[in-house]
Amino acid sequence: MKIIDAKGVSIRYITGDFKNIGLKEYVLRRLQGKYTVNEFWADRDVTFSLEKGDMMGIIGTNGAGKSTLLKAISGIMIPTEGKVRTRGTIAALLELTSGFDGDLTVRENTYLRGALLGYTRKFMDDMYDQIIEFAELQDFQDRPFKQLSSGMKSRLAFSIACLVNPDIIILDEVLSVGDGAFRKKSYDKMQEILKSGVTGILVSHSVGQVRDMCNKILWLDHGKQIAFGSDVKMLCDAYEHFMATKILPQNEEEIRAAAEAWCNRDVVPLVLPEEKKL
Amino acid sequence: MIAKFAKHLFLFEELVKRDFKQKYKGTVIGMAWSVLSPLLNLLVLRLVFTQFFGRGMDHYTTYLFAGTVFFSFFKEATKGGMNALTSNASIFTKINVPKYLFLLSKNVSAVINFGLTLVVFFLFCILDGVTFGWHFLMLLYPVLYLIVFNVGVGLILSAMYIFFRDTKYLYDVFTLLLHYCSAIFYRVESYPEAIQRIFLVNPVYLAIKYVRVITIDGNIPSFQYHLLMLAWAVLMVGIGAWIYKKNNHKFLYYV
Repeated sequence: MKIIDAKGVSIRYITGDFKNIGLKEYVLRRLQGKYTVNEFWADRDVTFSLEKGDMMGIIGTNGAGKSTLLKAISGIMIPTEGKVRTRGTIAALLELTSGFDGDLTVRENTYLRGALLGYTRKFMDDMYDQIIEFAELQDFQDRPFKQLSSGMKSRLAFSIACLVNPDIIILDEVLSVGDGAFRKKSYDKMQEILKSGVTGILVSHSVGQVRDMCNKILWLDHGKQIAFGSDVKMLCDAYEHFMATKILPQNEEEIRAAAEAWCNRDVVPLVLPEEKKL
Repeated sequence: MIAKFAKHLFLFEELVKRDFKQKYKGTVIGMAWSVLSPLLNLLVLRLVFTQFFGRGMDHYTTYLFAGTVFFSFFKEATKGGMNALTSNASIFTKINVPKYLFLLSKNVSAVINFGLTLVVFFLFCILDGVTFGWHFLMLLYPVLYLIVFNVGVGLILSAMYIFFRDTKYLYDVFTLLLHYCSAIFYRVESYPEAIQRIFLVNPVYLAIKYVRVITIDGNIPSFQYHLLMLAWAVLMVGIGAWIYKKNNHKFLYYV
């Protein structure tokens, strides 16, 4: 049974239109006949599908269209073209710390975030202590949120978000939160959630993490889909080869060749050993 | 629809709490300002308009305050509503939540404020020697009308504001104009009949006049008058809901 089915998903941003450049520029450009609207395709024709229990890693450089794709999957955006079909409840953990209110206390923010994520009040009442304990913020419960350090903020955000018991979980760079000890803890927690049979999507700049956790890979570059498949090792090898050489493979053969070249490399690996471990 | 709303009730409550706390953050007496601020404002108005511009009119205080209180509610609710989407942009671009909840939550805190102001208003009615009666229950109609009307206008404004930030400045001018066209401190009766009818185009004036008819004249406006108000409220909410539905997924491109 397909839990997520994306077919030919394309998302377009429009820049340089009337609202973007202001009235003066608009009139000037119209008079000069130079007025054009620029299209920017954040994602172009992305197709993949995930079965229950799959964990897909999305790899790609900055601006590859990863976050935009996640927004389309979580229903925040509607694709300009194509279709995303999902089955079940979705928990999307995108840019965790935004959306908190600096003036409210930690306690108030916890409840607000819980409500935004669709929990019930009873559920929050039951889980509140557990959340605070996991985030290690027992002494800060009634302090304004803005007084927390950025590490503490991310810890709280992660702790609230990872309580969910969804059918689909979407993780955007959320496993690199907090200090070493908390990272270990959050990684273990995530593993526990993933073992419960959810379908997941993980975006991470750490290729090591993706190799570790995922059984499918989607490779994006400037919105274009380079590859989608379940050969995690080969795709990650090819991606690391691309990162080292900046040569983008154009077809399956080139990907295979790049992966091979990476395996037989004699260059120093780009990924730091410490990062790889996690 | 109701089941859907029940599902979001917890979120709605939390949003209302947040908006209320944001409003009075950093003040020493907090929510007491909701009563104190209109009280002081009304006292100043009373002083200016009855002492300096002596008007030979019965219950002028009630007349003046009915206008001020209801117009302020309209202004506060719609101006707050205008920011509903932009100030919550960091939330709805990350989490999929129904966006109209942000607007409703802003309106609730305006309504609570308005409720407290109404208490002050009734106090002044007593001091002004207005005769109370069962017909006062009909005051619920203009109150409910204005609440619904404000939600409608707020929906339209918040959507416009996200597309055009100029809306804010234009709306300031518009409310000032509307303020002077709402017969808040002057009498409409001094104009010819034809011009008096034009005032009825003003949806805020409809509520104000209704309140004056009840409190000062001791009458209840005609059935057609009720229909006219109903039409305004339905029209505004209808347009607003349509804009939200149509642009639901376009808002985030413009934040």
